[in-house]
Amino acid sequence: MSSAESRQPVAEGFWGDTGKTGLGSWIFSTDHKRIGLLYLYSVTGFFLVGVILGLLIRIELMAPGKTIVDAQTYNALFTVHGVVMIFLFIIPGIPASFGNLVMPIQIGARDVAFPRLNLFSWWLYAIGALVVLTSLFTGGGAPDTGWTFYVPFSARTGTNVSLAVFGVFILGFSSILTGVNFVTTIHRLRADGMNWGRLPLFTWSLYATAWVQILATPIIAITLVLVIAERVLGAGLFDPGRGGDPIMFQHLFWIYSHPAVYIMILPAMGVISDIIPVFSRKPIFGYKMIAASSIGIAAAGSLVWGHHMYTSGMSDTAIMVFSFLTFIVAIPSAIKVFNWVSTLYKGSISLEAPMLFALSFVLLFSIGGLSGLILGAAATDIHVHDTHFVVGHFHYVMFGGTGFAFFAAAHYWLPKFFGRRYKEKPAIVGWAFMFVGFNVLYWTMQVLGMHGMPRRYYDYLPEFAPLNFVATVGSWILATGLVIVLVNLVKGLKSGEPVGENPWGGATLEWQIATPPPTENFEGDPVVTHGPYDFKGVVKP
Amino acid sequence: MSHEHKDNVGAKLGMWLFLFTELLLFGGLFILYSVYLSRYPHEFTSAGKELNVVFGTTNTVVLLTSSLFAAMAVTSIKRGEKKTTLSLLVATLACAATFMVIKYFEWTAKIHHGIYPGSPKLAAGPPGESVFFSLYYITTGLHGIHVLIGGALLAWIGTKVQGGRLNAGNNVMLENGTLYWHLVDLVWIFIFPLYYLIL
Repeated sequence: MSSAESRQPVAEGFWGDTGKTGLGSWIFSTDHKRIGLLYLYSVTGFFLVGVILGLLIRIELMAPGKTIVDAQTYNALFTVHGVVMIFLFIIPGIPASFGNLVMPIQIGARDVAFPRLNLFSWWLYAIGALVVLTSLFTGGGAPDTGWTFYVPFSARTGTNVSLAVFGVFILGFSSILTGVNFVTTIHRLRADGMNWGRLPLFTWSLYATAWVQILATPIIAITLVLVIAERVLGAGLFDPGRGGDPIMFQHLFWIYSHPAVYIMILPAMGVISDIIPVFSRKPIFGYKMIAASSIGIAAAGSLVWGHHMYTSGMSDTAIMVFSFLTFIVAIPSAIKVFNWVSTLYKGSISLEAPMLFALSFVLLFSIGGLSGLILGAAATDIHVHDTHFVVGHFHYVMFGGTGFAFFAAAHYWLPKFFGRRYKEKPAIVGWAFMFVGFNVLYWTMQVLGMHGMPRRYYDYLPEFAPLNFVATVGSWILATGLVIVLVNLVKGLKSGEPVGENPWGGATLEWQIATPPPTENFEGDPVVTHGPYDFKGVVKP
Repeated sequence: MSHEHKDNVGAKLGMWLFLFTELLLFGGLFILYSVYLSRYPHEFTSAGKELNVVFGTTNTVVLLTSSLFAAMAVTSIKRGEKKTTLSLLVATLACAATFMVIKYFEWTAKIHHGIYPGSPKLAAGPPGESVFFSLYYITTGLHGIHVLIGGALLAWIGTKVQGGRLNAGNNVMLENGTLYWHLVDLVWIFIFPLYYLIL
């Protein structure tokens, strides 16, 4: 939103063609691109909050005993880090920001099916975020239950769990409405010739994600309502003293929260599927299998929630069934990885920033996926359950996966919407710092977990001290990389080199229109005549 | 900007998707019901006997009738009969209000007898009964909230019919509003036998 002069060389596009300016033209806009940017700014802001909390956790764990905060504050730190990162950053992260920005253009539409509902979703997100933030500073203080809100502790703790949970409930509503909007959009608003076999894979992944948002989120909503009922009414539905069963909370919680990790990772996989062919100058290998595996992951991923509960006291039969189903999910995930690698094979690879982030996604996600199998097998899970191994695994798939894909998407798509680009060199330096720091931090966590370091503990045995120190140093390298990447992005998008319509030589529709796109995206109604990865005739500048 | 976009099929598709999410919301409570019923069959039976079947049946009839009125309102707006549409919507809302009044008497009677979530009487009784009544209050309470939301929605849509913005040619909003109303009805169709009849 810089002044008109500094943007002079660049056509204004949706930034100026409505003639409306000021805050109101953003927070009341129904343009999917403006809403996408609103989401982008909000989720990035909360990402930074989460990063700072994460850094504080690592500093506390740098040495045994008290380092900077007391135990209660530490409990609040990891709880709020989890709640902010999961509900405010990573779930809306890629689908609501880049999905809103790019998906309608990719299918040749002027906007989403329900533009006002789209704006309403963002408002719900903003209100939910505000409620969550309020809960940190009012009542009994910041929640200290961990982001999982497990009963019976969440029903009894004096901290402000009810308000935080209510905030998450509102965020869930926002997520559902985005899902409804995207499914309807993809069904109804595809341009002429944009059949299901020509849908870009990012859009395919959003389609699968939207279904998970629709089908899984209501369950967390009712679960959170029940937690509030436990606290406010004393309903006792999860209280063994009055006939309730805390395990039922865990079931209901994970019926949503496991599929939710696919809400987080599927759009990231879509980003990677769109970037790798462009930077390999080759059509994607196995288009149909990648598209189908998104649906496969969404479907199979909905049936594996019990693998979070191997030590909770389920029957052995249930454990074996859930373990088996968990291994099934690995198949569509592996299909994607193999297809990405096959796309690279004999490609004309150019290692620019989006591609580096995409390639590191493939590696880090594979590591995280394989350590997931160790957790998915009941026998090995018993040993590493609730250790830092789980934390390491989760961050490999969520940060190494979705986080890196988020930055891949930012470097790939944002120049299109801002009309200017970042500098390549600092982006690569920042990426290198991030990649090294990431592995130092989370690989060390996995090793610590294998040695038995429990998660969420405030203090630990002296034998874990050296590796914890290494992990904390890793977090600093990672943060340095993040700062370089973000500063470079912001500076570049504000005042960097102007870019043309198609800086990367992409074949999907978003690269065929003006930069930045005009408010209604297309001059007329586009007619699609070729597939999304058909690079014939597409010239890379 | 000037591009006028109207997609009735899309609007209904979106509504149906949203209704699925509502069903799943109640689905979580029905899962708890089935698990706890299998764990406490005797307590559920004796607690279920305390619910008033007359109130429950009356409310079922009231709600089904309201759904009939709502469906008739859709037919009549398509025929362009604005006045009939409005009176049918008012009749729907009247039924909704009746439902809530009956619910109010039912709840207050129970609360008077010391039966409410977290009450000392339930805490002293068998654990299964406390679970039953907590579920009963939360399920019917959530359903009651949906009756209020659906009623408010239909009232708001009614003002649009009144103002002529919804008419024979443009009525998908009324249709979607009544779809929501049928959902409210449908959920009750499951609550009624599970809590009042089969136990």
